[in-house]
Amino acid sequence: MVRLEPRQQHSQAMVYLSPVLAIIFTLLSGLVIFSLFGKNPVTALYTFFVLPISTVYGLTELLVKATPLILIGIGLSIGFRANVWNIGAEGQLTIGAIFGGGLAIWFHDSESMFLLPAMLIAGIIGGGLYAGIPALLRTRWGVNEILTSLMLTYVATLLLSFLVTGPWRDPAGYNFPESRTFPDAGMLPIIMDESRLHFGAILALLAVITGWILMARSVIGFQLKVVGLAPAAAKHVGFIHNKLIWFSLLVGGGLAGLAGVGEVAGPIGQLLPSVSPGYGFTAIIVAFLGRLHPVGVVFAGLVMALTYIGGETAQIEIGTPAAVTGLFQGILLFFLLASDVLTTYRVRFGSPVAERGGSS
Amino acid sequence: MQSEQNGRRGQGEQPLLSLKGITKAFPGTLANDNVGFDIGHGEIHALLGENGAGKSTLVKIIYGVLKADAGEVIWDGQPLTVAGPAVARKRGIGMVFQHFSLFEAMTVQENIGLAVTDEKDRKVLRQRIIEVSKGYGLPLDPDRFVHTMSVGERQRIEIVRCLLANPKLLILDEPTSVLTPQEVERLFETLNKLSSEGCAILYISHKLHEVQELCEHATILRGGRVVAECNPKVETPRSMAELMIGDKLKPPERSKPDLAHSPTRLEVADLSRASDNPFGVDLDRVSFTVKGGEILGVAGIAGSGQVELMAALAGETRMTDNNDCIRIDGEAVAASSPAKRRALGAVFVPEERNGHGAVPAMTLAENAFLTAFHRMKLVKGGLIQTRPTEDFAADIIQSFDVRTTGPEADAGSLSGGNLQKFIVGREVRQEPGVMAINQPTWGVDAGAAAAIHQQLIDLSARGAAVLVISQDLDEIFAVCDHICVMAEGHLSEPRPIGDVTVDEIGLLMGGLHDQSSPPLEEETSAGAGA
Amino acid sequence: MNGIEWIVPLVMTVITASTPLLFAALGELVTEKSGVLNLGVEGMMLVGAVSAFAVASSTGSGTLGIMAGAAGGALMALVFGFLTLTLLANQVATGLALTIFGVGFSALIGASFVGFAIEPLPPLNLPGLSDIPIVGPLLFGQDFLVYLSFAAVIGVAWFLKHSHSGMVLRAVGESHDSAHAIGYNVIGIRYLATMFGGAMSGLGGAYLSLSYTPMWAEGMTSGRGWIALALVVFATWRPGRLMLGAYMFGGITILQLNAQGLGMDVPSQLMSMLPYLATIVVLVLISRDQTRIRLNAPASMGQPFRPAH
Repeated sequence: MVRLEPRQQHSQAMVYLSPVLAIIFTLLSGLVIFSLFGKNPVTALYTFFVLPISTVYGLTELLVKATPLILIGIGLSIGFRANVWNIGAEGQLTIGAIFGGGLAIWFHDSESMFLLPAMLIAGIIGGGLYAGIPALLRTRWGVNEILTSLMLTYVATLLLSFLVTGPWRDPAGYNFPESRTFPDAGMLPIIMDESRLHFGAILALLAVITGWILMARSVIGFQLKVVGLAPAAAKHVGFIHNKLIWFSLLVGGGLAGLAGVGEVAGPIGQLLPSVSPGYGFTAIIVAFLGRLHPVGVVFAGLVMALTYIGGETAQIEIGTPAAVTGLFQGILLFFLLASDVLTTYRVRFGSPVAERGGSS
Repeated sequence: MQSEQNGRRGQGEQPLLSLKGITKAFPGTLANDNVGFDIGHGEIHALLGENGAGKSTLVKIIYGVLKADAGEVIWDGQPLTVAGPAVARKRGIGMVFQHFSLFEAMTVQENIGLAVTDEKDRKVLRQRIIEVSKGYGLPLDPDRFVHTMSVGERQRIEIVRCLLANPKLLILDEPTSVLTPQEVERLFETLNKLSSEGCAILYISHKLHEVQELCEHATILRGGRVVAECNPKVETPRSMAELMIGDKLKPPERSKPDLAHSPTRLEVADLSRASDNPFGVDLDRVSFTVKGGEILGVAGIAGSGQVELMAALAGETRMTDNNDCIRIDGEAVAASSPAKRRALGAVFVPEERNGHGAVPAMTLAENAFLTAFHRMKLVKGGLIQTRPTEDFAADIIQSFDVRTTGPEADAGSLSGGNLQKFIVGREVRQEPGVMAINQPTWGVDAGAAAAIHQQLIDLSARGAAVLVISQDLDEIFAVCDHICVMAEGHLSEPRPIGDVTVDEIGLLMGGLHDQSSPPLEEETSAGAGA
Repeated sequence: MNGIEWIVPLVMTVITASTPLLFAALGELVTEKSGVLNLGVEGMMLVGAVSAFAVASSTGSGTLGIMAGAAGGALMALVFGFLTLTLLANQVATGLALTIFGVGFSALIGASFVGFAIEPLPPLNLPGLSDIPIVGPLLFGQDFLVYLSFAAVIGVAWFLKHSHSGMVLRAVGESHDSAHAIGYNVIGIRYLATMFGGAMSGLGGAYLSLSYTPMWAEGMTSGRGWIALALVVFATWRPGRLMLGAYMFGGITILQLNAQGLGMDVPSQLMSMLPYLATIVVLVLISRDQTRIRLNAPASMGQPFRPAH
């Protein structure tokens, strides 16, 4: 008989170990899934996880995908610590792209060096404002932010679709649903030759450092943690819950908006009906996989980015369906949640000490 | 089995319940260690012991909520495996828990119907509830929702729920901690009636004078072991207490304070506030003062408004249009934030240490920072000063004898007593001018409780004003100079402790409740209906 | 006569648009009443939709498809139950994981079924009864799942209010510690409630792929699972009010689809926003009555149950 016995203290070792366990189990599942699809499992795993990063270009592609994941992941991890569940990062990303991209479209002839910074700021503001809606609804009327931020994601996607098929459609684009391409002054500079790796990666790094200082050392970080762990204690010492909810959502939304404008001013170069393969949702997994810790988020971002480019590579090389990526991501999160139980509980085999004497 | 007066056991008379060698371990503690004793038919048997002695664990094993690691339960001569509470109930064992297992959003009838499942007909059940509850002096209205009922009334549901199953053994776990002295008397009448009808009672308590009044047999537990069996009516409270605690008893030391020239440090005037909780109690013109060097006790049963009062004092709820009704060292603070009040040198210890007074998942250092960061200057430039914080926590641990591995230990890994010592120590170490503390020693072992009481007394001796809110009258009488009573949101006039009797306090604690309960009726023709 | 006959097809389309929501929300209502918050409704609906379509398309049997849909949803709910009830994982995170997994898993299975067509579920057409003007087609001309949804509302309402087991379920959701102390198997009851919720979500998805638009497309639930969650809050956990809410949303969906025909010259994407914006409005309206919510919400919802042994 297998039992779960509560531990005296959180196992620090398991906190680091359980993501590793989750990854291992996911890989094992990958072996099974690929076999079921009639592909050689080992070759498939190799194609998925090793081949994509076996070249320098592959590594830069990894970083290109990881950039938005890390940016958003940092923002989400801060909020999740405070029990603020921003599920609408995808929508905030979209609005950030719209705000920043809108500037680029408006000033499409500009060569000013102020255009790009303005776009980045606009993206942050856009994402922040959009996250402010669930913040307002939660603090003012107590409406759960999971549902509101999620509903708004659908709205944002529809808005983007409306804009690129209608008022912002490229006049010279043969009626394709896309905006005009951004001017050079509105594009993020490439920081490595022969690659698509852009300045956004530097911004992501800055976000990681700032996030670390905030959560590990600052008073606001402490307040966020207390509010998430023990709201009654936070109220008792006067931490203002509403203020912290706003902070969490604005930071999360701002970073998601930055990621959004980073995508359209980086690898994409224009506005399209879809500017993200679900980064806002994958970033949720990144935050959890990274244990809500900035350094962990970096590693987790790299791992999740790998699932994206791995999926693309596998699709091209061995013809696996595109949906395999989403499947792996979901499985990874499942195994992570499952192995997390080992941080607070110990597995024990056998029954408790048997009863002495008669019992019938 | 015909009744024997209070279960005097004859020769060769088989006990109703016989426990042998019951052992139960939890991670980190051995809750029951080879426990064994007997209970006869119709006997009222006390199970005595301090907090943490293993009493609750033992009765949960008897009732089937927990499974023993080893040992035997022999019921009516036959070995018994109690697979769960439903089995226990069928055998005739009933239990009234210390923490009621009731459902607030459901009616009395639904609550009872969940446990009394052999009566499928709702109308019949309804009738039985009315009859039995009235017959034992605990009348109940089957259609009332539990959340509208007082704590004492809720206990009636628990008891009637057991009685409807015709128990042969009724177990009560610390039943009187939530009752006024008058309600306790009524409960004892009910229990004596049950005993005379042949139902045995297992009565768990740490209150010696009650046990003396009620029981002729007692088993004393200490540290999970049986240390004595005695007849409470023959023993002295002192000897039983020493057996329970295992030490020579030392009452807290205090000298009578001279308050004539002390300044008033905490002043509350006409504090009225509706509760934020729809099931809570509204405060109504609460007024009192506490001088430097004084300890004021606020007595009252649970749910009288203590939580609301504490929240108003600490600043969790604010009086935005009446800043004057609370003054700390003369300054009006009723509309101020908790931070402002703490900055003025007031500290607060709420009732619940897990999640309110401390954060279990955080370290002791972080918990120390939680309330002390301003007063102990632990913040610079928006950043936490980790070294000074750790030193402060280590200082608390050292000075207040907190048994733990150090400031980096999780607060949740400490025992109740040690965590409470840490929390009280954290506040005392900030050298406050005013302290308000709610239930200082609830669920805390005797040693830690004594230490905490001494800390409060020493703090007041240094000139601080201390407010102790407690449901434990013994504690208030041991520690406080003055006493007032909170009932249904009203506060009585504070009186010197030497001038009042327990009876007077009891009447005040009961508020209006006593008038709703008629005296126990015998089966005479004078009884209406039934 | 012609004056009111247009009502019939209109009401019929509203009913069909509401049915998936009704199934999913009703299932989640029971799950939440037992104290479990399962945010994975969207994922379970999609798995139900793809399972139903795959089986119906492969076997030609609508009945088998319906059963497969329910089974698919229940299976997903079982995984959720194992993680949250046995392994005590965080319910919010696990529900999200369930959705992410469900989206990916259904896309994978459904990849080989994209573009296939099947016969939609046949209307019940009870002889004689369906010919009664107006009421006839309305009440008797729908397919089996629609009637099942009506029966489910009545069944769940009766179960919760009048049956002993329903009372036990409510008690478990109200206070799992008390229910455990009395001797009820909290975990077992919650497993059952969660799987019921999963099966219902699966049926909601099955209705989409077998009847509403008989086809499979990735993500075809378009957020209905999330709207269902909002509906449970809106209904303050009461089945009657839930039905009202579901039909209201069906109405909004139909309005949005027919806007152009009704002469409203609004771009289609903006009209498509209506259901999502309406959900937000509904949530705000209901959240303002915090007292009513506190009195009706299962008090232990979302909290993990850790029994001592």
